Amino acid sequence: MHKIFIRSLVSSLVFLFTLTVSAVAKDVKAAFVYIGPTGDHGWTYQHDVGRKAVEAAGFKTTYVEGVPESADAERVLRQLANSGHDVIFTTSFGYMNPTNKVAKEFPNVKFEHATGYKREHPNVSTYAARFYEGRTILGTIAGSMTKSNVIGYVASFPIPEVIRGINSFTLAAQKVNPNIKTKIVWAFTWYDPGKEAEAAKALIDQGADIIAQHTDSTAIVQIAEKAGIFAFGQASDMDKFAPKAVLTSVENNWGPYYVDRVKAVANGTWNQKDTWHGIGDGMVVISDLDSAIPADVRAKVNQLEKDLASGKVHSFTGPIYDQKGNLMVAEGKTADDGMLAGMMTYVKGVEGDIPK
Amino acid sequence: MENLIKIIKRDQPSRAIFFLTPVLAIFLTLLAGGLIFYILGFKPFEALKFFFIVPIADMYGFSELLLKATPLCLIAIGLSFCFKSNNWNIGAEGQLTFGAIVSGGVALLFYNQEGFYILPIVILAGAIGGMLYASIPAILKTYFNTNEILVSLMLVYVSKLILDYLVVGPWSNPEGFNFPETRQFSDSARLPLLAEGLRIHAGIFLALASVVISWFIFYKTYLGFQMKVSGFSLKTAKYAGYKGKKMIILVFLISGACAGLAGVGEITGPIGQLHREVSPDYGFTAIIVAFLGRLNPVGIIFASLVVAITYLGAETAQIFMQIPKYTGQVFQGMILFFLLASDYLLFFKIKFIGSKK
Repeated sequence: MHKIFIRSLVSSLVFLFTLTVSAVAKDVKAAFVYIGPTGDHGWTYQHDVGRKAVEAAGFKTTYVEGVPESADAERVLRQLANSGHDVIFTTSFGYMNPTNKVAKEFPNVKFEHATGYKREHPNVSTYAARFYEGRTILGTIAGSMTKSNVIGYVASFPIPEVIRGINSFTLAAQKVNPNIKTKIVWAFTWYDPGKEAEAAKALIDQGADIIAQHTDSTAIVQIAEKAGIFAFGQASDMDKFAPKAVLTSVENNWGPYYVDRVKAVANGTWNQKDTWHGIGDGMVVISDLDSAIPADVRAKVNQLEKDLASGKVHSFTGPIYDQKGNLMVAEGKTADDGMLAGMMTYVKGVEGDIPK
Repeated sequence: MENLIKIIKRDQPSRAIFFLTPVLAIFLTLLAGGLIFYILGFKPFEALKFFFIVPIADMYGFSELLLKATPLCLIAIGLSFCFKSNNWNIGAEGQLTFGAIVSGGVALLFYNQEGFYILPIVILAGAIGGMLYASIPAILKTYFNTNEILVSLMLVYVSKLILDYLVVGPWSNPEGFNFPETRQFSDSARLPLLAEGLRIHAGIFLALASVVISWFIFYKTYLGFQMKVSGFSLKTAKYAGYKGKKMIILVFLISGACAGLAGVGEITGPIGQLHREVSPDYGFTAIIVAFLGRLNPVGIIFASLVVAITYLGAETAQIFMQIPKYTGQVFQGMILFFLLASDYLLFFKIKFIGSKK
């Protein structure tokens, strides 16, 4: 009697143990909240590619697309947290306050907010990519290939992320061609094909023969294709939308990070972090270089990509001067992350003023 | 063989059908929605359940429905003043945005201050902001004979650009790394919550008050009668000696105040700050609500609840069944489409007759 009791106790304990282990290992569910449609071929599309990587790694995922940054975001987050999701990725800046608010109510659910800076509770992490490293590559190509020495740049909003990209791009272009000027048109949108196309046309009228963009639609590369000039893709490989115009694209590659973080939740090793990954960690990927890029430029770019990845080269290495000629970064020094995070001045060579 | 169905013009619009067609439109929308779900490969009844029942199955869900319906109801009540009197104010979204800008600006003035007087000032500022913005198409229409549809619509985009400018530039949070958003308002500038843990706030009383007041004005006052006559025939109104200009400006001001208050409700309720997206186009969706509610205050309450649930349902359906969230907008479009289509029955009778060989 006694023995049977102990045996059944042991076996039931073993059973319980295996049950919990398997529950921990595979039953983790991840949710993704998107600002746009999954078919935008830009920002949201790339996050969804990352989500699919999580699915491929054997986890269940859910997503909600087109969630406005209005009062609706909070409801969607709460519903996801309430319906058995263990980790929720909120993929737009405007979800920052709702993410932190809902995280407080659900301490057992992990929250990962892209591009924000608030981590008010231990279950909130933030992550972003060092896209400026990719723009160093684009600037190098643009500086090498421009004939008019005028490079156009369609920008979204005057926030450090975008200013940093413009600066990184311009510094790299100047390094190979000191005579270039970067002309900026502010579209004040992340995704609006109509406005972006207008901006691109305005830049072409001002003599730009290469256009870079920090907005998400494929309108700009298509305008460039029609005008017979060059352009760079944003977020995803945009080559198929403008095969002649697109020299390369800077791809946002969230998959490895997402898989990593969901696995961490499954293993119980998830901890609060502020992640800022670049080319080296594979979060920023340079698409295949177009055949229009000459061999010497290609070789230089390939080397640069390796050096950026290894840390041998930093996008912001001094001496760097602002538009008025004041020293921003001294010779031999590199800008630290604090300076990069708050960067709100143009470097020398960028035309115009930052809108205030 | 002759027609089996005969269409006969009615002598005058049927009053019963006037209130039945919205119900018919909703029924047809459900039917067509189920069909669309079926074609997309989803189980229609399960999908409709996740769309229309699951989101409001508990207290929290129901409170979210009321939260969502509040701005829709407020704006639609305001719009019904305009629409009843033949004034086509399409720019409620702009009036909402401008109301939010003015009240948000006042709330920011009181940053870090507490006091019982702050909230009433903030609310009043929003109503005034909406009225100011609505007065532009009204004055241009009455004194310069412009088309209020175009003017009010174009002003929507202007208001959004003003908001963009303010939150990116002068009003952006000084500690916010230049991201496009303001500081969070102080607690005294926030609408009180009705219950701990829910987001439903005192703004719902503004909506309910607007329902009662508008009902009184529509059916018990001279202004309401003027609006009704102008709605039926502008010429008659003129013969009757109504001062048209005064009424036009008045209905626009009322409409603007309601939209402005809806904006206040969003930013001092669930959002708590100004940023680029204070409203997911409530001002436009409220046009559907106003017509679905037959420009009748009580009808508008029901219509705002029906339309509000299409938002909530779309989220639930995507989370639990992976149905694309944009089907919510398809539902809103279908409701309006079927409503307009079934309005045909107001003026025409369909008679089924036996076939003659």
